[in-house]
Amino acid sequence: MQQNKELVRAFFGRFFETGNLTDDLDIFKAGFVNSLFAMQLIGWIEKNFSTTVSDEDLNLANFNSVNAIANFIERKGV
Amino acid sequence: MNIIGVIGAGVMGRGLAQDLAQHGHQVLLNDISEEILADAKSSIAQNLRAQKMLGQNPKITESTDTIIARITTSTELDFMGDAHFVVENVTEKWNIKKHIYPKLDTICHKDVVFAANTSAISITKVGSLTSRPDQVLGIHFMNPVPMKHTVELIKGYHTSEKSLDVARTFLGSFGKRSVLVNDAPGFVSNRVLMLTINEAAWLVQDGVASATDVDDVFVSCFGHTMGPLATGDLIGLDTILYSVEVLYEAFNDSKYRPCPLLKKMVDAGLHGCKNGEGFFKY
Repeated sequence: MQQNKELVRAFFGRFFETGNLTDDLDIFKAGFVNSLFAMQLIGWIEKNFSTTVSDEDLNLANFNSVNAIANFIERKGV
Repeated sequence: MNIIGVIGAGVMGRGLAQDLAQHGHQVLLNDISEEILADAKSSIAQNLRAQKMLGQNPKITESTDTIIARITTSTELDFMGDAHFVVENVTEKWNIKKHIYPKLDTICHKDVVFAANTSAISITKVGSLTSRPDQVLGIHFMNPVPMKHTVELIKGYHTSEKSLDVARTFLGSFGKRSVLVNDAPGFVSNRVLMLTINEAAWLVQDGVASATDVDDVFVSCFGHTMGPLATGDLIGLDTILYSVEVLYEAFNDSKYRPCPLLKKMVDAGLHGCKNGEGFFKY
């Protein structure tokens, strides 16, 4: 879990400054990211964790923070 | 009018194909290679998913697979014979565009209207490549197409009112409204925008400010959603360069001279968001 959080943070770091980012901060509400990021995030999760993000998974609540994404990856069993 | 031909599966063609398909149109998507078409379908799927995830307008209620299934692809133009309306979105180079229209003219039904989705090329000149210049017009879609609901509709010298009405009906079928402008290089939007992006590149080249600071002035001081250099990256720096070159050629006015830094970046393969790096990294 902790390792996945680090990976997510490293991915975020390619787009914005993550120094003060808490694991629960909603990055979409905070205005750090846009739809282009959302697209790349899904692609990154699928590629790096060898999983598929289904239409049913496409809920912002699964992807809006470090914790949400790490939990999602864990639920997917990867 | 529910079978729409989309020629060119680059940034604009993809966005348009997606937008049409998610509004229930059948789309005939053409480009020069199977690899480009496969990549287009996969990026459209990714985009649809991102849009679904963000719950953005227009809301997507159907499955990604259902929407994608409405897009038929081919590297040949022949299937455009089934199209009720055609939008051409190929690279902003006259030498590429000029070969397409005479072919379309023979393939498509005589009533079909052709729209050139261009940011700078003369609609009147495009019309002259066909036997139906009254049925050729310009539609300048904005990027990303599914998110931008207003377009420039461009009337060429011979474009008829009837063709403009057909275009308005077509646009209305997927939620777009238009602003009608006359044919002139760059129309309204890009005559100003391309020059702004080009000038912003000069500022970086001359060391007046960094790319981040140039954009910060526009975002923070003017309240723009995006600065000119990020906008350039989003559109594609190659497209920006071609458009500036078209303006330079059309007006023969040195104020449109392309910035050498922009040229160098395009030569170096820094084309912006679409390949990961332009003035900013993605």
